[in-house]
Amino acid sequence: MMGRFLLALAGCALIGAGPVRALEVVSGVLRVDYPSQLPISRYDLRPDDLGFAGAVLATEDNQTTGRFLGMEFLSESVAATPESAPDALDRMIADGIRLIVVMAEAGDLLALADRAGDDVLILNASARDTALRDDQCRANILHVAPSEAMMADAVAQFALWKQWRRWFLIEGSNPADRMLADAYRRAADKFGATIVETRVFEDTGGSRRTDTGHVLVQRQIPVLTQNAREHDLIIAADASDVFGLYLPFHAWDPRPVMGAGGLHPVTFHAAHEAWGATQFQRRFEKLATRYVQEEDYQVWLALRVIGEAVIRTNSNDPGVLRDYILSDAFELAAFKGRPVDFRPWNGQMRQPVLLTDNKLTVSVSPQEGYLHQRSTLDTLGLDEPESACMAFEE
Amino acid sequence: MKQLAALTALGLALASPAFASKVYVSNEKGNTITVIDSATWEVLTEFPAGNRPRGIGISPDGKHLYVCASDDDTVRVFDAETYEELWTLPSGPDPELFTMHPDGSLLYIANEDDNLVTVVDTASHTIVAEIPVGVEPEGMAISPDTRFVINTSETTNMAHFIDTTDYEIKHNILVDQRPRYAVYTDDGTGLFVSSEIGGTVSVIDPNADGGPQLLTKIGFEVAGVQPEWLQPVGMQVTADNKWLFVALGPANRVAVVDVATNEVVKYILVGQRVWQLGFTPDQKYLITTNGNSNDVTIIDVDAQKAVKSVQVGQQPWGVVVAPD
Repeated sequence: MMGRFLLALAGCALIGAGPVRALEVVSGVLRVDYPSQLPISRYDLRPDDLGFAGAVLATEDNQTTGRFLGMEFLSESVAATPESAPDALDRMIADGIRLIVVMAEAGDLLALADRAGDDVLILNASARDTALRDDQCRANILHVAPSEAMMADAVAQFALWKQWRRWFLIEGSNPADRMLADAYRRAADKFGATIVETRVFEDTGGSRRTDTGHVLVQRQIPVLTQNAREHDLIIAADASDVFGLYLPFHAWDPRPVMGAGGLHPVTFHAAHEAWGATQFQRRFEKLATRYVQEEDYQVWLALRVIGEAVIRTNSNDPGVLRDYILSDAFELAAFKGRPVDFRPWNGQMRQPVLLTDNKLTVSVSPQEGYLHQRSTLDTLGLDEPESACMAFEE
Repeated sequence: MKQLAALTALGLALASPAFASKVYVSNEKGNTITVIDSATWEVLTEFPAGNRPRGIGISPDGKHLYVCASDDDTVRVFDAETYEELWTLPSGPDPELFTMHPDGSLLYIANEDDNLVTVVDTASHTIVAEIPVGVEPEGMAISPDTRFVINTSETTNMAHFIDTTDYEIKHNILVDQRPRYAVYTDDGTGLFVSSEIGGTVSVIDPNADGGPQLLTKIGFEVAGVQPEWLQPVGMQVTADNKWLFVALGPANRVAVVDVATNEVVKYILVGQRVWQLGFTPDQKYLITTNGNSNDVTIIDVDAQKAVKSVQVGQQPWGVVVAPD
């Protein structure tokens, strides 16, 4: 059911035809596809080229710069199943690819990184598990995707900027939802909010799409949310896209919803226009003939990290690039109003987080007033003393 | 803003009607141009200028005002006296900034969407050339001897040196993240490129043996301001080649750089999100556009002090002053 297909600009280049270039940089994008249900909203349908379209744009952007410097940037995108992913990785490595962007769940990401070994640099473009930046970190993985902790902290800072301190937490029943709820519990502790009540929304499965389903939702959600302790805000920890979107307007008490549904944290969205992002949106839409999704942006950003490091070091060696990316010299513009760079203690990209209602950028965290001795971006996610990652120590 | 208000009286006392020029400010959100009299610093009028007016310039004879109407994909040309729209110029999509040939015959326009610099003949209203450059071209400057046009590309992070005789890129200099603006010294010996996200100004010797060379980078530091808000954008250099003024965006300050040493000697507090800068023809005053406080700040260039602020339209972006 999962098609394996190539969006390869790279085919002929890999065979080595043509004149020798000064510097050729071939990156791989390996996407692992999992059996998934339809989204609650058809605005969230997964396009076939999810992530890959970002790779094509990033490769074009890198190449536009590379042609002034005698560099050639290429990328090869492969979709795999969890079962076929190791073979797909082996083929990339056999083709000489040493820079690989991976879109996979945490378990598969770790297995692939361990299989690839230290000569290969992996860029994590999707897995948000905080443990990957903590005791499960790997020296050969850099995380372009933010952690759940960063996303929850971004929401928490905005809630507290608003003085919404009393949270009613509703979490899903799947492991990913529980993990997300833990991130919100941690964020509440970190920034001084109180979780006054926690309830679980049981995922009982079933069809995502029924005619006039809203009629039932309108009756069920008030029941789920009635008689909760006095709260300022509902936090929805719904990583599985099961109930978060149903909460706004249907909750028993008239309170804003954040987390999933209502105001939610994203790395990017198709209406973001500040800091020159309009140009990115137009370039992307022209190329992909659809709106950008977070995964596209994250793959674009991962390949831009590689591009920037190659351009500044004039090297395509994974070790040289990794050292540069983790150094103080590295910085990259990412349409977020300030440079992004990497935390040297766990390989996590520091980045602002956008808060959106699905139509607009409502706010951007870190919020005003959250200070840090190193970078205000380090108020989001695991700070150096909080991370148990040892793999990055020399 | 309180300090500025208190200085208003001083500003008025300094103004002299003998040097009256019209100051034109493009208001990005308001879709208008505000016209200010530089003798009195009074607003004369505000007139519509198309959708999202940003880059603004004036012909050497002072007759024609050129405005990038970014969301109309065109450059609108206005009579600088009557404010009537005369015609439009083909600009390519989403024009943001341009530089003008000193004789007024050509505009070199940055087209952010298409990775192009478009060269437009101002007399025949035709496109003369389209030059492929880096990703998201933005800043534009022309060397005083007119040999090179400089374009900065925001995602490629380069200053491209375009030869004006054959429209080929002859040199590229890598600079810091998101280069926004380029300016030459009047004598052509120095070139400055501001990097908004990198937080630096690159100092370039454009005439070095073996091609242009990056000499150094100027950084900025203001006590009590988070370093990420020090975002250099618009710049101007005094004609005597002594002082470089750098607008620092959301830091709400203009840095004054000693060109001889490349040291910042002063930070002048102005309005919020200071974007572009323009001198009066005598260079006694520098006008700053402040996008988030909807005003412009008038800086006394010799005193290196803000003397007055003037309320303009919504989200002022660019500024140009009519020549004498």
